[in-house]
Amino acid sequence: MISKNDVKYVASLSRIHLKDEEVQALTQDLERILGYIKNLEKLDTSHVEPTSHVLPLKNVFREDIIKPSFSQQEALKISVEQQNGFFKVPKIIE
Amino acid sequence: MTPNTLTAHAILDLIKQKKLSAKDVFASVSAQIQKTEKDVHAYATIFDAPQIQENAAVPIPIAIKDNICIKGELTTCSSQILSGFKPPYDATVIQKLKASGAVFTGHANMDEFAFGSSTETSYYGPTRNPWNLACVPGGSSGGSAAAVAANEAIWALGSDTGGSIRQPAALCGVVGLKPTYGRVSRYGLIAFASSLDQIGPITKDITDAALLLNIIAGHDEHDSTSVDLPVPDYTKALRNDVKGLKIGIPKEYFIEGIDPQVKKSVFDAIAILKKCGATFEEISLPHTEYAVSTYYIVATAEASSNLARFDGIQYGLRRKPDHIRKTPLIDLYEETRDIGFGTEAKRRIMLGTYALSSGYYDAYYLKGLKVRTLIKKDFDEAFKKVDAIITPTSPTTAFKIGEKTNDPLSMYLSDIYTISANLSGIPAISIPCGLSKDNLPIGLQIMAKPFDEEMLFRIGFTFEQNK
Repeated sequence: MISKNDVKYVASLSRIHLKDEEVQALTQDLERILGYIKNLEKLDTSHVEPTSHVLPLKNVFREDIIKPSFSQQEALKISVEQQNGFFKVPKIIE
Repeated sequence: MTPNTLTAHAILDLIKQKKLSAKDVFASVSAQIQKTEKDVHAYATIFDAPQIQENAAVPIPIAIKDNICIKGELTTCSSQILSGFKPPYDATVIQKLKASGAVFTGHANMDEFAFGSSTETSYYGPTRNPWNLACVPGGSSGGSAAAVAANEAIWALGSDTGGSIRQPAALCGVVGLKPTYGRVSRYGLIAFASSLDQIGPITKDITDAALLLNIIAGHDEHDSTSVDLPVPDYTKALRNDVKGLKIGIPKEYFIEGIDPQVKKSVFDAIAILKKCGATFEEISLPHTEYAVSTYYIVATAEASSNLARFDGIQYGLRRKPDHIRKTPLIDLYEETRDIGFGTEAKRRIMLGTYALSSGYYDAYYLKGLKVRTLIKKDFDEAFKKVDAIITPTSPTTAFKIGEKTNDPLSMYLSDIYTISANLSGIPAISIPCGLSKDNLPIGLQIMAKPFDEEMLFRIGFTFEQNK
């Protein structure tokens, strides 16, 4: 039902570089879990509305006023790598 | 004097009578940690010399699950990918606890990103059940429940996405409450599945759970899913009286797979509540058998999206690739995430990504959301007839460490009784109701209508007084 290539494809969508033995194990695990989940097919849901959230949520607006926030220095304290007051990341554009 | 063995309400009484100081309480908790932590391993991080305000309203030592942000304290979701992460802000529940003078003992161990039912997937290694060190404490808030059960904290906060407060509370013999979705702010709770997650109390008795919910509940402008409803004084619901209440027993919850001792213990509790004047009737929640499947679609889909932010760019772990496979940036993402996430986290991210991916979205994710509607409707119908529903919290008592680690599906099925409350957003509590012949705790689950936590406290308190 789910092939090793499917697993490799989903891993690349998930931005995870899997080792070969991980691909093997995950293929088996996902196969079993998806097999179990198949029980939902027994239910006719053609006339059922989906529920993504249990509360009747509406957009929440507030006045556009300036409130205290982190300084650049404070925000960068958690950074892995920084340079000249910015997060340092690998080169993106050649 | 061992104040660490007392409930918070007993401690607060003694402090009021000047028979005990906040310092004594913390010292006894600290001494207990010194004594039993090497066996139990309830904590991911133990904090250095926390502040104790002697005249504070509630100077109670509390363990906080490792996925709730405390400013300047290591907060990692017990995952390597957040190694070194010290949040620059407090979660709203932490601000509220600080304002009450609570004393933070440490960050409690958990399943990595709350993915698990046994606390075995923690990067820091498993927590052990204080009742039997060969057994798991349940999960994912296993460290929080074990800390309270081992008297290494008076209170704890956990988070519950599919039973992660209630199931470990049941397996460790303590009280665990999942409030109604929206009752407690999730601001500063590192998200697993945003439509299911709630923070809640883990305590030694019902009165303490009410006291702690009083502190943490309420609307928060930082969480648009927190509900703007008044917060009652939950201690007023602590009445030894269930006369006239109608309680439902869902027939789908007492089927094969349930440990006969668990079943007996729950029915013994039902008999006690009957004597106290409650009436019981069998009800049906017909879509129960679909709850686990629905949950593992909805929760993993949300998790795969929420965990996309952990990519080695801003904070936490960063793994620089040795050589370029794709591009320097993508390699950094992919290798950081390969090393940073454990096996169960990868499994769930993959499952969720698959369920959301093109070609499978309708068959899995959308299907899951539709069945979620049916499960929620089961409860809406049931609560037209009854005031509350009683079930076991977990089909079994604590299982052995390692027993289910190689069988993810059997691990997922240990949440079979707790998942539906998250899918339908209702409040649910687990309270201790007995011991097995192996001397392991059994938990009773009570569920009520949205925002009727008072019903849980009333029934729970009556049971506690009469058991």
